[in-house]
Amino acid sequence: MNDKLSAEAVLEDQELVAKFLQDTTLFLGPDPDIMRHHDIMPCTDYEAECVAKHGDPHQMASIRDRMQSACDESYEMLEQMGAAPGAKWGDVITGIYSASGDLTIGSAGGVLIFSVLVHHPIKFIIKNWIHEPTVGLKEGDGFIHNDSRYGNVHNTDQSMIMPIYHEGKLVCWVASTVHEGENGAIEPGGMPSMAETPFDEGLKMSPFKVVENYEIKKDLLTFLQNSVREPKLQYEDMKVKLFACMRLEKRIKEILALDGPDALTACMRSTNDNVKAEVRRRIAEWPDMTVRTYCTMDSTLRENALIKLNCTLTKKGDRLIFDLTGSSPEITNRAINTALPGAKGMIAQVFLNHIWPDLPRGQAAFAPIEFITPPCSIVDGSVNAPNSQSLMSIFLSFTVAQHATAKFLYSLPKKYTRVLAPWYNMISTYIWGGMNQHGEMLGNLCADLNGMGGGARMDMDGEHAMAPIFASMADIGEQEMNEEDVPFLQLVSKKMTTNTQAPGKYRGGMGYTQIVATKDSDQWGFMTTCVGSKAPPIQGLFGGYACGAYPLCKVEDVDVYDVMLTEPERFKHSIVETMNEQPYENAKYSSHHMGMGFSLSKRGELYMISQGSGGGYGDVLERDPALVIKDIEERLLTPDWARKLYKVAFDDETLIVDEEATAKLRADYREQRKKQGVPYAEFVKKHVQSEPPKDIPFYGSWNSDLSVVYAGSNDDKRDPQDPGPVYFTNPKDVEIAALESELEAIRKKTGILPRDNRK
Amino acid sequence: MKVLMTEYLRIDLDAENWECRVCDHTIGSARGNYKEGLLVYNRDPADIHPHIIDPEKYRFTFCPDKDWVNILEFYCPSCGTQIEVEYALPGHEPLYDMEVDLDALKEQWSHREEITEVTIGPDVLGERQQHSHSH
Repeated sequence: MNDKLSAEAVLEDQELVAKFLQDTTLFLGPDPDIMRHHDIMPCTDYEAECVAKHGDPHQMASIRDRMQSACDESYEMLEQMGAAPGAKWGDVITGIYSASGDLTIGSAGGVLIFSVLVHHPIKFIIKNWIHEPTVGLKEGDGFIHNDSRYGNVHNTDQSMIMPIYHEGKLVCWVASTVHEGENGAIEPGGMPSMAETPFDEGLKMSPFKVVENYEIKKDLLTFLQNSVREPKLQYEDMKVKLFACMRLEKRIKEILALDGPDALTACMRSTNDNVKAEVRRRIAEWPDMTVRTYCTMDSTLRENALIKLNCTLTKKGDRLIFDLTGSSPEITNRAINTALPGAKGMIAQVFLNHIWPDLPRGQAAFAPIEFITPPCSIVDGSVNAPNSQSLMSIFLSFTVAQHATAKFLYSLPKKYTRVLAPWYNMISTYIWGGMNQHGEMLGNLCADLNGMGGGARMDMDGEHAMAPIFASMADIGEQEMNEEDVPFLQLVSKKMTTNTQAPGKYRGGMGYTQIVATKDSDQWGFMTTCVGSKAPPIQGLFGGYACGAYPLCKVEDVDVYDVMLTEPERFKHSIVETMNEQPYENAKYSSHHMGMGFSLSKRGELYMISQGSGGGYGDVLERDPALVIKDIEERLLTPDWARKLYKVAFDDETLIVDEEATAKLRADYREQRKKQGVPYAEFVKKHVQSEPPKDIPFYGSWNSDLSVVYAGSNDDKRDPQDPGPVYFTNPKDVEIAALESELEAIRKKTGILPRDNRK
Repeated sequence: MKVLMTEYLRIDLDAENWECRVCDHTIGSARGNYKEGLLVYNRDPADIHPHIIDPEKYRFTFCPDKDWVNILEFYCPSCGTQIEVEYALPGHEPLYDMEVDLDALKEQWSHREEITEVTIGPDVLGERQQHSHSH
């Protein structure tokens, strides 16, 4: 009896403590219970009841199709009405989520990763705001969100989230998301490379209510506008996202009127459950195997360093496990880290865009896939690590997943898409900002970020500047339209960059050159944010090569607009001619890595970059000579380089292939390979080092030992499960220290003392 | 029965070996790393990715920096086919990239017909062409 009383007392105490803690929580920060969870929510009693009542697959398919149509319609609205360049060119998405917050259907176009990651803020709202007396939830409410520590990729993407009610009961959620760009960060355009803490990254909106009774609250709107460089865009796109949600609500209410809430709920639950079961079935078809790969970042966007993203992918039965152990520790004062959902969401894109595009675009297609990630790493950053440039680490996450999965997919009797080499994975574009020719403050980017070279496929070449890895259907925009709003011209645009392909039996799709110069503003600047100027960020497939390296080239101390007026023939339409011929006297020509922090530009100075190539597939000696000649005709390759790469004999004038001579060249080259190659064991003995190169700052695991990660030098080894923070010195301080050291040496040699020590 | 594992590799389930699909050469045990039966060559990146701009004048030239990345080519020792390429950290060991559970593979394919021509996937382009209106 006493024991029972005592147990009851303990229980009561526990309840009191739990209530006390709940009532006195000082800060509702990012919630690991929500953020580390990507599976669909457990089936509720109501959902089970609805599924039991509505078993007609035709009705379910009909409802699902109408949901898909609603998403596609609202996607079109966002794209047509959105003010952000990202919205205009398709970097948007809409989705419908279950009452528990799971994404069931996303729009067919747009950036799927947004939708896959908006379930986190919805679940935060459900957990914290519905029963919170100062917030609450009712029909006509709208919540805004952009902080990636509460969901989604990075805080340049803003979502509007709206609950949908039927007769006073919550039945589902809808959301619309746009890559807005500007967010008030320390650099314009929303993706600051200079951010050293999350507090340098601009607006950090945990989910909060900004709409009541379908109206945006003016006081909050004004606060948000006051926090960013583009107040008009902030307002316009909040309205656009709200109206996209309202259109979704309208369409869902049509479904509710026709089929009722139980059928809608049954459709959402059974779609997610069925997709999840189908994914397990499809995984079971793969061979049981472990595949290993890695990619490297060669920069933090501030300085060059080798940062490893390691992947061990294991399939066993119907389980598929991504283990990213061995990846670099987080770089605690650089913006290239990602919160874990970002890495997961990007890997979800591999499956939904490139492996199973036939499945409904929802969360369930990714739900059964498992993850092991090292804490406080580049792929699973802490809440204190900035992540405004998380694209760097999440894009490499995409690539290791794409590269690893290809090795599982080749042998499958039934494929849902072609096996392909890794896509190019960097946003080779200009982020820009300043005062435009109309006197307005702007901060955003060129839609050329959407033009990444496609990976070569198992039976054909990759497509040029095809689509970004984060959206299957997005546009690269009309530069002439952009130029109405911005004070610079793309003097060369959409011209393929010769000799930069990733070779193979099938070559990767290539990228185009972009040469820009500011014209009509003296308060305007650019930044570029890619890795891969020293080491490629992708791999090739099955004997195909990766892309090369892509730098930023600059010509300063020239006004090309003046040159065009007086000597137009001097202007060159390619990077190679401009940099090698140096046509402008007294100008300064330089090349740089692609992590250029925001820098003010002067009228007529040239900034020149190229998009990259998707990976190549297969042995170059198997490439059809006719395809080689086609590439020469299309000026993708110069004849000399084509001969060297592909061992094809042809006439320089007619480009007619000499088949016999080509066969001999290729046979000879196979023999040459056999002479130059050394047996594996011998190669390993001579080549493999027990530690990373001493003179390059390296981050991550070395060789097959995953029990240790390096953090910048061979003397700095960390436990991957508890690596601690990694801080970089400001590059300017590094430069100052080097100069001071030189100065000290000169002083010693000459006897000149520092000013304060002189007598 | 043989299983087509990559563009150039297959596994003979009965002999338990990796084989070259181009020349039928037996590369090694399918319970191990196929790379151990291949030749390796550390390729100069400039042979594949040219210096588009003058390396005498510029630090970044479109050609990867060979101190920052190695391009490891793996050849069949019998026919010289380039079976795999790995963009590797300098001095890093080549990856054991495909570690197959051979017993599970045998079990899986005991329920399947042998495939000698690799399957490609849905003919999306063909379907699109069929629906086009040529004039």
